[in-house]
Amino acid sequence: MKLLIRGGIVVDPDQGINDVMDILVDEGKIISIGKNLDHTGCKVINASGMHVLPGLVDAHCHLRDPGYEYKEDIESGTKSAAAGGFTSIACMPNTNPVTDNESVIRYIQSKAKTRGLVNVYPVGSITKGMKGEELSEMGELKLAGAVAVSDDGKPVVSSSLMKKALQYASMFGLLVISHCEDLDLAEEGVINEGYNSTVMGLKGIPSAAEEIAVARDIILAEYTEARIHIAHVSTELSVELIRHAKNRGVKVTAETCPHYFSLTDDACRDYNTLAKVNPPLRTQKDVEAVIRGLKDGTIDIIATDHAPHHMDEKNVEFNFAANGISGFETAFSLAVTYLVKPGHLSIDEVVNKMSLMPSKILGLNKGTLKTGSPADITIVDLNREFTVDVSRFKSRGKNSPFNGFRLTGTVACTIVGGKIQYDAGNE
Amino acid sequence: MIKSKDVLGLRDMTAEEIRHILDTAKTMKYILLTNNKKTPHLQGKSIVTLFYENSTRTRLSFELASKYMSASSANISASGSSVAKGESLVDTGRTIDMMGADVIVIRHPMSGAPHLLAKYVRASVINAGDGMNEHPTQALLDMFTILEKKGTIEGLKIAIVGDILHSRVARSNIWGLTKLGAKVCIAGPSTLLPPGIEKTGAEVCMNLQEAVREADVVMGLRIQLERQKKGLFPSAREYSRFFGLNEEVISLAKKDAIIMHPGPVNRGIEMTSEVIDHERSVINEQVTNGVAVRMALLYLLTRRRSNEAAD
Repeated sequence: MKLLIRGGIVVDPDQGINDVMDILVDEGKIISIGKNLDHTGCKVINASGMHVLPGLVDAHCHLRDPGYEYKEDIESGTKSAAAGGFTSIACMPNTNPVTDNESVIRYIQSKAKTRGLVNVYPVGSITKGMKGEELSEMGELKLAGAVAVSDDGKPVVSSSLMKKALQYASMFGLLVISHCEDLDLAEEGVINEGYNSTVMGLKGIPSAAEEIAVARDIILAEYTEARIHIAHVSTELSVELIRHAKNRGVKVTAETCPHYFSLTDDACRDYNTLAKVNPPLRTQKDVEAVIRGLKDGTIDIIATDHAPHHMDEKNVEFNFAANGISGFETAFSLAVTYLVKPGHLSIDEVVNKMSLMPSKILGLNKGTLKTGSPADITIVDLNREFTVDVSRFKSRGKNSPFNGFRLTGTVACTIVGGKIQYDAGNE
Repeated sequence: MIKSKDVLGLRDMTAEEIRHILDTAKTMKYILLTNNKKTPHLQGKSIVTLFYENSTRTRLSFELASKYMSASSANISASGSSVAKGESLVDTGRTIDMMGADVIVIRHPMSGAPHLLAKYVRASVINAGDGMNEHPTQALLDMFTILEKKGTIEGLKIAIVGDILHSRVARSNIWGLTKLGAKVCIAGPSTLLPPGIEKTGAEVCMNLQEAVREADVVMGLRIQLERQKKGLFPSAREYSRFFGLNEEVISLAKKDAIIMHPGPVNRGIEMTSEVIDHERSVINEQVTNGVAVRMALLYLLTRRRSNEAAD
């Protein structure tokens, strides 16, 4: 049966649309977009007062499957993604086993096909076992369907190996996503180095640990003329280094995550392990620089870095606590609350950074409402306020420092390939 | 009156609370110096010390403080308990709690561990030193000692020198002493001064001499010699040359300045033997006062619990 999404404000940066329109969907594809479309014989979704967006695309998440299903699996993770408005997600390789070979990529794809609610695109690892010693079989990873390679969670320590990784991956057109951290400088740090680390007596991670690695990787990208994507940018100088590299014509793209534009390391006060994340939450001046980077395009996209953990891994000493935030179900609302409402970005720009651009960077052909495209559509209510309640998360990971936050902007409905995979009205 | 269930640090305590503890400790010291060191203050109460790190002074003083006041006391250390089998801090804490502990005294190598424990137990938690965060009872005994010798804390210049970065003693003293109106001057190798420390109310001095000059109190901190291997200072020799407290440096302080150290001391490195055994050194009295202050704290916390139960 045909589906008609009626009367919503359609926002599609790809076609430059921001207007009240109807969208007609049939056989999983968008077959028509326009004003007052005929709805005879259609199932109608009344979207009046809502915004209708191309389905959100997340370039950075952790589904924990295979290996850590007690934290999350492909079913719970994609349910969570759908509830957050995401229709396509790229999952990072730090599973067990690591996605350093074709068979693990195939496992994720086949489980996502049978049990997943959204499109899942696995990211392969840069090095075998993410050990930073030998390159993974990137050609085979690419053939199996990996959309990028990364050792996310860890940096590639050796500059020589990183150079080879960039050269080798670019031969296959594979994007390298870099987790930028100078481990030697970060040492055993658990929180941003600054007043809060001093006051809490916790070992700090200097912002320089990220910036040195960002500088190294963009220099290597320029030298090898390869593409590089910088994951989870969190500091002022990282933003400045990327801006500088872009001006030089380096093929660099960058992402940040909602927690880096909405929280500072003050959130770690009282040893709040829910705010422990890597890179660590920084200071107000970094938050402001990240927002400026988003505004001027230095930071291309907003990714969730959805990192679900079991509560037993958070109810421990701060030093022992796992890094990460369960992010799918708050990402869009945080973007609305902290970027759109204060006037930093328009809704069009947010959609661009959470749908079209991540799709382009990963080469997915998503993020658009063009006729003929797969019907991946997210309907949102930009005015609705709600209080974050982690107990209602679809994700197994209830680890969010935003629990109890009052946010604006909710996801009403998520459609993947023409199928309604999340409907707030049925919750 | 102590406001909260637990004593986790002096950062969260008011000047009034600190003064009240120090006042109570005066009475306790009097008891301590009598021939019959036994009072019924803690009769029927149970105190458990839970130590994940080695300790001589702190552990023994808590134990004696409990015994002098007729509490039932017991102690557990990480190596001889289920902790060695991998039991989590929360589970260990709950186990102790369910056996009826009124107060759990915890020392832990990780900052914030007492805060975590306090959230999960009904017992009052006393922080006996957590990582690099705080060591509130040490600072209380230091303040008690200063009060005894100087009569007041307000307006004094107090020099704290050495490894500020890793020192929980320094942090607790900075919070406590500044709350009571002292001017705290710190000095140490720049690699051992944590960022933003000036925002705590302490004044950072360029060198040791500047910190000690005209000070009323000179407090040395223990330097852990392992830090040298991590590149934080070049050698014990150079450390003692630039930051060691010797008679010459001490002579810059006021004529009646007292000399303090939380112990254990590396003789000849952060302090020369002449300074340790100086006529104005109060290092040994600090130890006695440690028992008095801990008696006061145990008494006030258990009394608070009894009052709450009565309500």
